[in-house]
Amino acid sequence: MTTRKLAVVSAGLSQPSSTRMLADRLAVATVGRLAEDGIETEVVTFELRDVAQDITNNLLTGFPSPKLDRVIEAVTGADGLIAVTPIFTTSYSGLFKSFFDIVDNRSLTDMPVLIGATAGTARHSLALDYAVRPMFTYLHAVVVPTSVYAASEDWGSGADTVKTLPDRIDRAAGELAAVMARSERSGQVRDPFALDSSFSPTGGFQAQ
Amino acid sequence: MQFGIFTVGDVTTDPTTGQTPTEHERIKAMLTIAQKVEEVGMDVFATGEHHNPPFVPSSPTTMLGYIAAKTEKLILSTATTLITTNDPVKIAEDFAMLQHVADGRVDLTLGRGNTGPVYPWFGQDIRQGIPLALENYALLRRLWREDFVDWEGQFRTPLQGFQSTPRPLDDVPPFVWHGSIRSPEIAEQAAFYGDGFFANNIFWPKEHYMKLIGFYRQRFEHYGHGTAEQAIVGLGGQVFMRAKSQDAVKEFRPYFDNAPVYGHGPTLEDFTEQTPLTVGSPQQVIDRYARMREYYGDYQRQLFLMDHAGLPLKTVLEQLDILGEEVVPVLRKEFAKDRPASVPDAPTHASLKAEAEAKAAVEFAEAEVSGSTGSVRSSESSAPGAAFGLSSDRSTSTGA
Repeated sequence: MTTRKLAVVSAGLSQPSSTRMLADRLAVATVGRLAEDGIETEVVTFELRDVAQDITNNLLTGFPSPKLDRVIEAVTGADGLIAVTPIFTTSYSGLFKSFFDIVDNRSLTDMPVLIGATAGTARHSLALDYAVRPMFTYLHAVVVPTSVYAASEDWGSGADTVKTLPDRIDRAAGELAAVMARSERSGQVRDPFALDSSFSPTGGFQAQ
Repeated sequence: MQFGIFTVGDVTTDPTTGQTPTEHERIKAMLTIAQKVEEVGMDVFATGEHHNPPFVPSSPTTMLGYIAAKTEKLILSTATTLITTNDPVKIAEDFAMLQHVADGRVDLTLGRGNTGPVYPWFGQDIRQGIPLALENYALLRRLWREDFVDWEGQFRTPLQGFQSTPRPLDDVPPFVWHGSIRSPEIAEQAAFYGDGFFANNIFWPKEHYMKLIGFYRQRFEHYGHGTAEQAIVGLGGQVFMRAKSQDAVKEFRPYFDNAPVYGHGPTLEDFTEQTPLTVGSPQQVIDRYARMREYYGDYQRQLFLMDHAGLPLKTVLEQLDILGEEVVPVLRKEFAKDRPASVPDAPTHASLKAEAEAKAAVEFAEAEVSGSTGSVRSSESSAPGAAFGLSSDRSTSTGA
């Protein structure tokens, strides 16, 4: 049976957190859609809160602690990524951004990504498209068209009854599953010292 | 095995007293420290190069020239010389001059710097950092090895029949190390030329440097300079010692917590675990550093960062005494144990001169055998000034 690795990153701060709840729902739905295609999925989920101090230390020292390094390796080496942030002050949370700031900016190239966000009201739902999506585009990740925003009301009364949260989750999961099925990132051997074939140690000049 | 000190040259407030040295005091302190390095029996003093406060060493060869006059055996070096933003012609001349002043006790470590704005300040583009390092070094090597250089590159004004002056002492260019903390391109460059590779090693975990140095060693062998074990490796390190380890921790902690680079970040305990920083008794330092060869292979040069983060001069000198009296002699013995005879020492002026003479003797003998009458060293056929159509008489070419 074919296997794919799915990394889930949640930047929620409270325990329990609705951000983590959304992340889990998206992960379950994606695993389900992949299973329909006969693909088994290994899911690893990280709450950035658990490595918040390590992330700050990495910003200051330039290197990750062993604990944070394991998170970075698992996330960047996956076949797909679900990234969910609470919306703070009209954008992703500082913790969410700090994590992606310390990840090597080439290490998410071609990564299938499903983005999600949570907040108190639906008024900031566009933050997904003006803040989170461009960040992953900059990192050359492949962000699926449907992003999922869950306001507090989506979890109970006042939820959208036409395009319900489960509908949106299912649609996004289908899109991610489709790209993940073709992703072979986790099987690739990455050589950190690989040099471009055009590289010349003399800068192209005659050596002396 | 060479041991020594490398300095960043930061002017930092002592967090325990609130005192900040003046630039003059800091510069004088660096000169005192350099002389102390020789006094306590270590081999190398290397200064950084910076062009912005709070750092003072913008003119390394000026500083090293003074130290040359005040010392007898100390090797004068840099950590690092900016190959990206300095004119390679000026590097060639400055360090050749220093070689003559210091009777050959000179080598240098090339680096790309860690301060982004230095590039635009010197008219360069940081995105060209690697191409600058490659091209400028290619020119630097020619300036030291060819009496007259014709040159056209991407980054500096072309040269026609240019002779950098003075010529390297005994026609032996200074040995070059290439410093990098993460770029395989620079490790590849060092390996290609058979130059040394220096990993500062102080801010990141050893696993990172183990991979980078392993890569350099492998490429050194690939380019035919010897086996991977024979590649020339230098490492940085960082220690603070007192007779009782808890005294060392207590005294160093405020400096660590407020240090410019890692201050206000990880705890001293985490940082000592994750990087080579060792704070404790001399024996703890010996134990930690004696193991470096297990991670990186037998290497040639170990430099310690000592005067930084606002540590007062008096403390730094005490640290150098401990290093020289208690740590380095033991480490010399430890590093000598089971070291294969095939692993070379770091090249020095004397060893490079002997090597050049041996090579010339072989070439001469071969020329004799083949009946050739050609000059062994072809560049000798061009006298100074010849490129300008001037007389080969030295006084004519310089007497204008």
